Amino acid sequence: MKLRMRQAIAHALADEMRQDARVIIMGEDIAAAGGPFKTSEGLLEEFGPNRVRDTPISEMGFLGAAVGAAATGLRPVVEIMFVEFLGVALDQLVTEAAKFRYLSGGAYGAPLVVRASVGSGLGFGAQHSQTLETWLYATPGLKLVVPSGARTAYGLVRAAIRDENPVAVFEPRVLYAEREEVVLGESGIIPIGTGEILNKGNDVTIVGLGQTVGTALAATQSTTWTADVIDLRSLIPWDREMVCESVARTGRLVLVEESPFSGGWGTEIASYVASECFSELKAPVLRITCPDVPVPYPPHLEKRFLPSSEYVREQIDVLVSTNKRDQPWWVKGGYLS
Amino acid sequence: MVGKGGLLVMIKSQQLQRRESLNDPVSRWDRMLEIRYFEDRIKELFAEGLVHGTTHTYQGQEAIAIGIAMTLRPTDNVCCTYRSHGIALALGMTTDSVLGEIMGRAIGSIGGVGGSMHLSDASIGLLPTSAIVGGGIPVAAGAALSAQVLGEDRCAVAVFGDGASNIGAFHEGLNLASVWKLPVVFICENNVYGEYSRINLTTSVEDISIRAESYSMPTEIIDGQSVDKVAQGVARAVERARSGGGPTLLECKTYRYSGHSRADAGLYRPAGELEEWLKRDPIDLYEAQLIEAGLLSKERAQTIRQEIQERIAQLVERVMASPLADVSAMFRNISIGGGQ
Repeated sequence: MKLRMRQAIAHALADEMRQDARVIIMGEDIAAAGGPFKTSEGLLEEFGPNRVRDTPISEMGFLGAAVGAAATGLRPVVEIMFVEFLGVALDQLVTEAAKFRYLSGGAYGAPLVVRASVGSGLGFGAQHSQTLETWLYATPGLKLVVPSGARTAYGLVRAAIRDENPVAVFEPRVLYAEREEVVLGESGIIPIGTGEILNKGNDVTIVGLGQTVGTALAATQSTTWTADVIDLRSLIPWDREMVCESVARTGRLVLVEESPFSGGWGTEIASYVASECFSELKAPVLRITCPDVPVPYPPHLEKRFLPSSEYVREQIDVLVSTNKRDQPWWVKGGYLS
Repeated sequence: MVGKGGLLVMIKSQQLQRRESLNDPVSRWDRMLEIRYFEDRIKELFAEGLVHGTTHTYQGQEAIAIGIAMTLRPTDNVCCTYRSHGIALALGMTTDSVLGEIMGRAIGSIGGVGGSMHLSDASIGLLPTSAIVGGGIPVAAGAALSAQVLGEDRCAVAVFGDGASNIGAFHEGLNLASVWKLPVVFICENNVYGEYSRINLTTSVEDISIRAESYSMPTEIIDGQSVDKVAQGVARAVERARSGGGPTLLECKTYRYSGHSRADAGLYRPAGELEEWLKRDPIDLYEAQLIEAGLLSKERAQTIRQEIQERIAQLVERVMASPLADVSAMFRNISIGGGQ
């Protein structure tokens, strides 16, 4: 069935809620309004106000309540409208939820899901356009998945709800309206921790996450080289085996990130692959990222901020032909001087 | 999961026995003394360098822990702070599991990996205690939310200090609980100090209970030095919670005899303040009450004091002789990201 990503998410929530009476959802305007991004349309009507709850604008309060509810028998799914709002609730996710099972000797888990819309592309400006995966990266006890479209959104949201650990689902906001063929039902569920090879090639392994998966795929058109394109899908934990197996064949790794150059999610993968696959690498690991600046507002600059498929292609052209890293555009253009 | 409790309850029956013993007034007094001597000994152990890290002791506030524990059911959930040895012992945790945890021993309540600030016991409803001021307040609202959604006859209690009433989690938790009419009781132990600072220097109100008005929530100010007053107030609030009447804020006026943590001698306190509060020591007050009621004699009281001192001395020896937490303990009960 062809669905928009927001519809696929609503399907995933509904399917889990039908199967498991412990699943409840809560967040700002998710009930009566069907969600600010329409990811919960129809759920209030089907499941009622006891299980589908509008909350106050109070992320620390309702994410904290999700922790307590999860520990005592529910499986709450919390929606954070823009991932930046997680900042005011981070304590409850990082310092409470992620440690509950550990700090109770295994007696109390926190099987909750935090869904948040992330990323640039819709003109929301500096405080509503970040991806912020690395806020969560160094927190044992959490999992983090990022869909790249409707199909993976359906599969990952369902898997997240079934997981016994707190799982964050970071949903690229720009993809909510995009349509894709979705496999509904049990067979559509995607195991957390697994990547997916979307394109097979010989010269380079390109890893994308969220909306950069589409960028990576587009970059492989009309090239002199061929690439494995991997949709990472799951960042904590990530599919080390798949990435390393691919790099062992291609000898080159390119990470396409919607994150700052400094401290973006690719740093962890680059570091691991550089040491684990050292002898198989023909070229340095290349991270193609955004510059270290806030997300600019006007459309032409917001577009420039995010790596485009043309830019990714040019960077890989240099990598494959010289086995050296090209400088990022903001360095070559002298914008840092 | 709490619900898998059959086996758990059998294994931990010692906790439930200790909990049930609070039905007896003399046992309540016994438990208060246990907490007092336990905490006194903890301070000594830290001073002697036998325990590392930090600790926050509970001397002076024992009546609140007992009043709460004797009123709640073991199936109710409790969220506490890092100053929770006293409440954990009152709820029924054994001295071995609490001291074992504080001393990093395998017999500790969570195998020794948590330490003084992180106690937990599902058999008596104690959720992991939080080292973040106010952290447990929304969590307690959530434990009440699960009871409401699942239709269970259970309520939740958050215990926190006056300092926590200045943090966002307090206000967000109370508002949410009020809007959703959750079966939760918020119990503020107003012990006059938030960390090293006196309440008048940090807090816009003298009585924390005033803040309940902002959340359309019933409230009471309670003499926190009186076991009976605390128990009665908690009982009224719990009854309201269980009958669908929503949350309550209780403020128990009390005093922290020790400084904030082991590093703090409390030298910032005005001269004579501690002495004034010692005149209304909760353990002395309860002892006098039991003697007055003919439930306890002075001689018996003296014997009990000695017995508990001996129990604590043996406890320390026993725990110190028990094995330290194994390296494998730190890899348990956590999902590993996969770092190799």
